[in-house]
Amino acid sequence: MSCLEEKFDQLRSVYPAEMNSSLVLPLLHLMLKEKGHLTESDAVFIAQYLDVPPMQVKEALTWYTMLYRQPVGKHVIKICRNIGCSLMGAERLIEYLERKLGIKEGETTADGRFTLLAVECLASCGTAPAMQIDDTYHEQLNESKIDQILKELS
Amino acid sequence: MTETRVFFNFDVTADSHTLAAYRQRGGYQALEKVLKGMQPIDVENEVKASGLRGRGGAGFPTGMKWSFVNKQSPVIYLCCNADEGEPGTFKDRWIFENTSHQLIEGMIIASYALKVRHSFIYIRGEFDLPYRRLMEALKEAKEAGLVGEKILGTEFSCDIIVHQGGGAYVCGEESSLLTSIEGFKGYPKNKPPFPAVKGLYQKPTVINNVETLATIPWILANGGATYAAIGTEKCSGTKLFGVSGHVNRPGLFEKPMGYSYKKLIYEDCGGILGGKELKAVIPGGSSTPVLLPSEIETLTMDAEAVQAAGSMLGSGGVIVIAEGTCMVRLLQVLSRFYAHESCGQCTPCREGSAWMNDIITRISRGKGVKGDLERLECITKGIMGNTVCALGDAASMPVNGFLKKFRHEFEYFIEHGRSMYDGRLEI
Ligand SMILES: Cc1cc2nc3c(=O)[nH]c(=O)nc-3n(C[C@H](O)[C@H](O)[C@H](O)COP(=O)(O)O)c2cc1C
Ligand code: SF4
Ligand code: FES
Repeated sequence: MSCLEEKFDQLRSVYPAEMNSSLVLPLLHLMLKEKGHLTESDAVFIAQYLDVPPMQVKEALTWYTMLYRQPVGKHVIKICRNIGCSLMGAERLIEYLERKLGIKEGETTADGRFTLLAVECLASCGTAPAMQIDDTYHEQLNESKIDQILKELS
Repeated sequence: MTETRVFFNFDVTADSHTLAAYRQRGGYQALEKVLKGMQPIDVENEVKASGLRGRGGAGFPTGMKWSFVNKQSPVIYLCCNADEGEPGTFKDRWIFENTSHQLIEGMIIASYALKVRHSFIYIRGEFDLPYRRLMEALKEAKEAGLVGEKILGTEFSCDIIVHQGGGAYVCGEESSLLTSIEGFKGYPKNKPPFPAVKGLYQKPTVINNVETLATIPWILANGGATYAAIGTEKCSGTKLFGVSGHVNRPGLFEKPMGYSYKKLIYEDCGGILGGKELKAVIPGGSSTPVLLPSEIETLTMDAEAVQAAGSMLGSGGVIVIAEGTCMVRLLQVLSRFYAHESCGQCTPCREGSAWMNDIITRISRGKGVKGDLERLECITKGIMGNTVCALGDAASMPVNGFLKKFRHEFEYFIEHGRSMYDGRLEI
């Protein structure tokens, strides 16, 4: 954990000292990047590092949707199911992805390569339908574009 | 009047987001003018004179919001709300990707006016390119002495701390945003006290939207009165409008307040997809009540006009819906969203948004029963005005709007167990 603590210290220097508690979410994000998903003991570790109540960090961990508490695939596909994308065919594309990957929304492929999540508006409504794979946005999607994007992923 | 542009005044190129490019288009001159020649109160007065109203959705006058803060307080915070999550809205993302420096300049000017030493940008956790562009810009700005200690060699120092969200729509609500920065799950708080009195860590805090703050440099460079002369009397300036849905050319547009909805849809966006007829317009983000074509015929894009038509200008996300779309299934998309995003703190919103989603989902699966529509209306009555934050109202307003304007479609679905329009959302 020492390497992690170094990164923690670095982040800590960004916030004024009296805002120690503000580091909860940034540290959870940082740890998620390192570990892929987070457990209760990770929350406790952060709580001890910051000297805040463990319950505060546990609550934050279970409340924010970006903080995965289950293992996810190598690539996480977040496809928007909200209004702008629905009007442009999101439902059809979600079904297409489900068929193509052989899983339902919310699941991970058996080989651990992909997790498929249907998410709310990604702020790409003007270039709908949209999805985000890992960090990268992909917009104005259609079936063949999705084929191409998935093919290019390692 | 020739078109004044606060945002769309440059061509987007591979490096138009850099400090050099921003400087070339006059960037940071307003900051220089302010720090070297104006008192904080002069800045606030200039913003008041501009008539600028918040671009985050509620449209509160920015100068007035700033004036509520006790400037004698030893610590004052500024938080930029960049949680952009209201469905139909995608303007703040554009600002980050293309002109982050404009926001940075606006925040430093605002911080000077408000006597802020530490300011925050609460940026949506999913945003990646916007975040990277912002961090690059901040690094450039720090190196150039535009952010941090003794800005531009003056006595004024101010940091900007970037805080990434965790994927919760409600964190865009200002008190929830503050709770989230404080390191807790993002429960909104009861008001009063308002953040201007007791905000972040109990200190006076101003929360402004990205677009609001990014407009500040233009106002200080050109004068509040010049800004006030654009738009309508009560709704000044230009605004970024995002158009999505069934139009030929969706996208982001900068228009003076008071521009025509019809012109935006039919001229700027090239009309309805496939030459279809217009069925409905959601005028200002997903929670604003839906309007009929007859209601937007002469409607202008300013807060007063849209309010008079029974809806809201909101965040400026215009969602266009063509004839043939199933409004029952479309409302289900929205009710699912609000049920999912309710933070669970207050009973009317937590239970009510879930019940509404259950009922609307049931109807949209052909299992609706008599009395469902009355039940929905009863639930919205129970929610509205009875919750800690405005998410409860935001969940209720679309339901009331859809039932009022398209009741026959819901009745048909319940009676026949199927959609009048084959359940279509895509045209
Ligand atoms: C549920 C909910 C979500 C909101 N989301 C946002 C948002 O993403 N961005 C934003 O600027 N304002 C959002 N707001 C409005 C803020 O509470 C606040 O009014 C705004 O940030 C103030 O800035 P302004 O005065 O510059 O508009 C939201 C409000 C509610 C009730
Ligand atoms: S209205 Fe809804 S989102 Fe807002 S505090 Fe209450 S439960 Fe949470
Ligand atoms: S509705 Fe899909 S990005 Fe906004």
